[in-house]
Amino acid sequence: MVEQSKALAPLEKVRVRNLTIRYGDTVALKDASFEVRENEVFGIIGPANSGKTSFLRAINRMDEMTSGMHVSGEVIFNGKDVSEWRNLYALRSRIGVVFPLPVGLPMSIYQNVAFAAKLRGVKKKANLDEVVERCLTRAALWDEVKDRLNSLGSLLSGGQQQRLTIARALSQEPELLLLDEFSIAVDPVTTMRIEDVLKELKSEMTIILVTNLVQQARRLADRTAFFLNGEVVEVGDTAELFKRNTKDQRTTDYLEGRFG
Amino acid sequence: MSVKQHQITSFEAQPLDLKNRRNERLVRFFLGWVTMLLILPVLLILGVLIYKGSPALSWAFFTEMPRDGMTAGGILPALIGTLWLVGVALTAAVPLGIAAAIYLSEYAPDNMLTRIINLAIINLAGVPSIVHALFGLGAFVIFLKPLTGGTCILAASLTLAIMTLPVVIVSTRESLQAVPRQFREACWSLGATRWQTIRKVVLPNSISGILTGVIIQVSMTVGETAPIMYTGAVTYVAFLPESFTDETMALSLHLYNLAFVMQDVPESLPFGVALALVGVVLTLNSASIAFRMHLRGKKKW
Repeated sequence: MVEQSKALAPLEKVRVRNLTIRYGDTVALKDASFEVRENEVFGIIGPANSGKTSFLRAINRMDEMTSGMHVSGEVIFNGKDVSEWRNLYALRSRIGVVFPLPVGLPMSIYQNVAFAAKLRGVKKKANLDEVVERCLTRAALWDEVKDRLNSLGSLLSGGQQQRLTIARALSQEPELLLLDEFSIAVDPVTTMRIEDVLKELKSEMTIILVTNLVQQARRLADRTAFFLNGEVVEVGDTAELFKRNTKDQRTTDYLEGRFG
Repeated sequence: MSVKQHQITSFEAQPLDLKNRRNERLVRFFLGWVTMLLILPVLLILGVLIYKGSPALSWAFFTEMPRDGMTAGGILPALIGTLWLVGVALTAAVPLGIAAAIYLSEYAPDNMLTRIINLAIINLAGVPSIVHALFGLGAFVIFLKPLTGGTCILAASLTLAIMTLPVVIVSTRESLQAVPRQFREACWSLGATRWQTIRKVVLPNSISGILTGVIIQVSMTVGETAPIMYTGAVTYVAFLPESFTDETMALSLHLYNLAFVMQDVPESLPFGVALALVGVVLTLNSASIAFRMHLRGKKKW
């Protein structure tokens, strides 16, 4: 039921073929193959140590920056294998990343959000101001920080910092947004606000949402993949998965919380 | 039953608690006094220097040339010479050291070559200064004579620079490594290059630590005697150094000569020079510590 007819097949944003990720001798993800479609929220669930974060790191080529991380197989982004991108900075600037714990760069709130725009070569103060206000507004943070844009990003509360990092990711105007367990250090109310933001963003970009909250995947994801110990157990329509229409018994077990 | 007993007595100190507290006090007492003892030599040295050297100090002491075969008069040429030597050595060592440290910390792949380079740097820091002196003599005074013109400030300063380079590299690398890796990853994820990341995130947050390394280097450089006595510092010159191709006097060598080589020197003179030497180190250190605190005040995490 997951397969759709060719005529209706939506555009692929990311296509993964036989992707294997190793750290030294440890295999983090083995032989994964699936696709992420344009303008969908693609959920990835699974217990810790399943290769979810490693997969995200493979998409934006963090293996190049990480000694010991080795990627084989294909990750095709916009029809082109990411290992063939010659300018990785151009690749990364199209992919926004939000980390599990908020990483506010050690600079002011304003500079945090203006940074990506400056890297793109935006110089005029007015343009930068516009980017900062737009992105902070979209991340539901503008009203709280508009009077103290020059104070440090790291002085914000955890939930505010996470919205700051989302604003920063949005300032890249990304085609693809990678969210890695963004709600781990965020209170439930802020989580819901961010989730509302994500629902709006879907029309503009493709979102890959790694989450350890099964219900979050249910609320947000169009399709969901279940990773387990480096194996992609199942990829399917989220609604179908939660109706227990799973191909693999382990998926049902995980969704129902019956797991060792 | 044992559970119940535990509940009843839970607010009273058990023998184990008492023992832990006793040990804790002992350890604290011991460590505290060891620390206090460390102050002792510093106070003694400074006390003796001030007591015996202060009679020699005067405005003229710092602003006049030595007289009567260096048994009287001031230390101006030695003071100026030391500042020259340190200044030129820092100018050579600090940019090179920071550049190498940035490469090793931020760019170098973790492979055999990098490990060998790291090992070489640590070993270079352990080479005795007299060996550096001989190297400097061979390299900068004899081999590069067409460039340096023999013994001169440049040759001496380059010897000092090579000697202190490893300290700068190691301490700079440590301060760069102290910047959390998440900052780098967040920055790279935005599409920043390694250099943009270094300039905007890594360096601004490690500059105070880098300066600490430079401060240590200043202290070392000011006091060194062996590396400069064969390469550029001389016992006596009748004029002040005017360029880095001149030979010069230096405080450390001047002190050595007054204290151990020359006869008929009034006792207060070497102590006065020693006090001046310590004074130069302390002044330079305080200045850089103040600068460092100013920068650390701006630290963002």
